[in-house]
Amino acid sequence: MFETFETLFWIFAKIWAVLIPLFLAVAYFTYMERRVIGHMQDRRGPNRVGYKGLLQPFADALKLLFKEISVPTHANRVLFLLAPALSIGPAVAVWAVIPFADGWVVADINAGLLYILAMTSLGVYGIIVAGWASNSKYALLGTLRASAQVVSYEIAMGFALVGVLMAAGTMNLSGIVEAQAGPFWNWFWLPLLPLFLVYWVSGVAETNRAPFDVAEGESEIVAGFHVEYSGMAFAVFFLAEYANMILICVIAAVMFLGGWYSPFHGVPVLGPALDWVPGIVWLLLKAGFFAFCYLWFRATFPRYRYDQIMRLGWKVLIPVTVVWLVVLTVLIYAGVGPWF
Amino acid sequence: MLENYLPVLLFILVGLVFGVVPLLAGFVLGPRRPGAEKQSPYECGFEAFEDSRMKFDVRYYLVAILFIIFDLEIAFLFPWAVVLDDIGLFGILAMGLFVGLLLVGFLYEWKKGALEWE
Repeated sequence: MFETFETLFWIFAKIWAVLIPLFLAVAYFTYMERRVIGHMQDRRGPNRVGYKGLLQPFADALKLLFKEISVPTHANRVLFLLAPALSIGPAVAVWAVIPFADGWVVADINAGLLYILAMTSLGVYGIIVAGWASNSKYALLGTLRASAQVVSYEIAMGFALVGVLMAAGTMNLSGIVEAQAGPFWNWFWLPLLPLFLVYWVSGVAETNRAPFDVAEGESEIVAGFHVEYSGMAFAVFFLAEYANMILICVIAAVMFLGGWYSPFHGVPVLGPALDWVPGIVWLLLKAGFFAFCYLWFRATFPRYRYDQIMRLGWKVLIPVTVVWLVVLTVLIYAGVGPWF
Repeated sequence: MLENYLPVLLFILVGLVFGVVPLLAGFVLGPRRPGAEKQSPYECGFEAFEDSRMKFDVRYYLVAILFIIFDLEIAFLFPWAVVLDDIGLFGILAMGLFVGLLLVGFLYEWKKGALEWE
């Protein structure tokens, strides 16, 4: 009996050790977004609350906490209030299988990649339920666009990850990272370059971010599926969206950029020289680069039209992945290079 | 082996708690001053007209159907990809046949214009 409690205690300790940094990362990702885009547009961004505006995310969270949660009269009350939980639940739960460094993983399961795909697919229910339950035209239109876009790009993303599976031969995420052990030309981004690009483009589209943000295009359908949400109900959707963005960045680093390995792992001189750097630093640097790209895209690219988004997903990305999976099968069968 | 999945289950529960607790906190800490105008659906300040349970384009259904087919295909590819080293040429050719059939279907949809949005 006591042992059960001890096991449970350690599991919860691990869960919080993942979640608290995650929520801090979300908070400072929003801050970083506003600062980076501010500077790209020759503005300063938030700089009043705390030193250089560093307390801004907490000020925003507190403000939302003390705002009214308004439920529209025509809305389906139960589903309306259930939708934020459906959105954040999978977005948080998926972090259970992410390896942050060698052995730093809450649940080291063999079906890791399958679990990630399952959880990210569940996220779309939050969007559908929120938009339908709001009983508002903008919310419904936003939901239709968002869910069609998310499911379309999920196929391209799934195919790209099948490529990683073929190369690694395991669904365990730590195993996938270990299959990439070595310097940066050993990582999967090189043999899987087209799949890597497809993964990243569909990752941006999956999270409905610029330039694929028609689902919440401010200038046409105001905010899309969460237009009727206010206060903490809105904050939960916001949290889920940013947690998903960070997840896409971390998965990109784990699947294609060698996870916790340093770029010169195993190289004669540089490898041992960089051995003192903990693995999680490399993972965070790689993921941080992708996070910066998210903001860079938003500041740079004009929004795609909806038909262009669907065409890119179905007619460009899916054929590219299928062709590269065939090429990859041949490469693996022939045992090419240092990878296979 | 199965005890590896216990943290996953607990993680899912914690995730759902994060959907419930903030809402409860918001209801407790926030004001409640409902009004007919405030609770009406948002429509850029206009009076809401018609019902918002409206008809929508059949193409969204089409995308959903295509998604199911392709997602199932990916689900079949997953176990195949894991054991790729063990199944040899026969396994590769068998999967090639399966994917080839689906690709013929995909090309048919493409030519029929099921993927067009104008």
